[in-house]
Amino acid sequence: MTALLQVEDLDARHGLLQAVRGVSFEVAEGETLALVGANGAGKTTLLRTVAGSHRPSAGRIVFDGADITRLRAHERVALGIALVPEGRRLFPGLTVRENLLVAAHGRGRWSLDTVVEAFPLLAPLLDHRAGSLSGGEQQATAIGRALMTNPRLLLLDEVSLGLAPVAVDAVYRSLQTLIDEGATIVLVEQDLNRALRVAGRIACLLEGRVVLEGTPADLTRERVTEAYFGLRRAGVA
Amino acid sequence: MTWVNGIVQGILLGGVYALLATGLSLMFGVMRIINLAHGSLALVGAYMAVLLVDHTGLNGYEAIAPILPGALIVGYALQRTMLERSLRAGPLVPLLTTFGLLIIIGNLLQKGFSPDSQALDPGELGSKSWSVTSNIAISAFAVLVLGLAVVVLGALQLFLTRTRLGRELRATAEDPETAELVGVNSRAVYARATAIAVATAALAGIFLGMRSAFGPDDGAALLLYAFEAVVIGGLGSLWGTLAGGIALGVAQNIGEQVDPQYFALFGHGLFLIVLVWRAVSETRGIGLGRFLPRRSQGAEA
Repeated sequence: MTALLQVEDLDARHGLLQAVRGVSFEVAEGETLALVGANGAGKTTLLRTVAGSHRPSAGRIVFDGADITRLRAHERVALGIALVPEGRRLFPGLTVRENLLVAAHGRGRWSLDTVVEAFPLLAPLLDHRAGSLSGGEQQATAIGRALMTNPRLLLLDEVSLGLAPVAVDAVYRSLQTLIDEGATIVLVEQDLNRALRVAGRIACLLEGRVVLEGTPADLTRERVTEAYFGLRRAGVA
Repeated sequence: MTWVNGIVQGILLGGVYALLATGLSLMFGVMRIINLAHGSLALVGAYMAVLLVDHTGLNGYEAIAPILPGALIVGYALQRTMLERSLRAGPLVPLLTTFGLLIIIGNLLQKGFSPDSQALDPGELGSKSWSVTSNIAISAFAVLVLGLAVVVLGALQLFLTRTRLGRELRATAEDPETAELVGVNSRAVYARATAIAVATAALAGIFLGMRSAFGPDDGAALLLYAFEAVVIGGLGSLWGTLAGGIALGVAQNIGEQVDPQYFALFGHGLFLIVLVWRAVSETRGIGLGRFLPRRSQGAEA
């Protein structure tokens, strides 16, 4: 079976800092991969490079058999890659409805109606400016906005960051529904327990490299923690 | 009573200024480009109308029909070939390229049309007017221009709020990187914004050319009027731009009542007062940052 997403020997830099070093991984259709790692491990840069917001300095990104390394972000959206960026990045001056509609691309199950159905808390807020929403409401809008592009691959960057625990639970309940429906997801998550619970496979990044990879069943919390903090480097499973 | 007349004429003139200022405001709002060649592009619109009137049977108003689509194409091409590259080289580079464009346009117009001033005939409308009192006459042409400016600004407002392209434009103005992430081609959006800006500038240029004589070096003065209207009216609102244009027109006409030489001076004076008042009022510091609309910062690793 060919993977939906293949990342090969990817390097990404911020000036002199090399944030991602020779990272390779694959994601199969219907799979959920969680990227874990400490702050500065390169998770966000990796997702942004896959989405096309950040230009890689070396390596290849293959999506559905086609090399997309040189495509711009909006072209990758058309192919079916959507990123929910860190910090949500809504358009604050636009209403929730406009935030969703501006992302409406392609045909599929997601439209304004189905997104509101999946996130009922948005229904009364459609005509509010996105800048006036609470963190949880903004996160729901951001995920809904990404879904509006009818993605085949959903990239989620720290969707629980800065949210109240209740809001995090609500966001993950919606995510679980997506996963159960067979969505393909790569998510970055700081909370190891949540990552282990929701993901089919986990990759742990340390200083820009994948140092540990496996299914939650294969990996113990201790091994992930060791890899997370770089206590034992030769742990690639 | 001459004062009242000055105000009335100023209000009527304000419509063209608003039309002239809209494109400048749009390009700055969407791309953070201050297009120093904006007045020159308006001037090119007026000269193209002169060319068409001289060589075809069209009158000044009819010339608008071929010039507008031409201006849209010129704006689109200008963005894709020149401004897009400049923008990639840093925020200050477009300032230099558009300044260069201002100089080149002035020189080309001088070479092509001689330094003599030109005028466009406003036709019968130009001499038609309604006298309200013995001292106040309202020119039909000025009313037409103000009405048209309001219609164009209103249409632009509807375009920005009601259409898909307008939504994409506003989203890109707020956060171009995230707009790309939801499938918006930001470069195409930029080119559309510049196309609209050049078209409205050309339209304003033609009407200004019907109102008074113009020469090849008037680009800088037109740019200044547009800039003043934008700053007086506040950035980011089309109706604010209209208010700014009208305030500028009124100030200039009052100045002209005092002494015909004070026409531009009173406009500049109002601009300066508003600028200082804005800088001092909200906080006490004086900084330009506050005049710029907010833009979210790029996420880091």
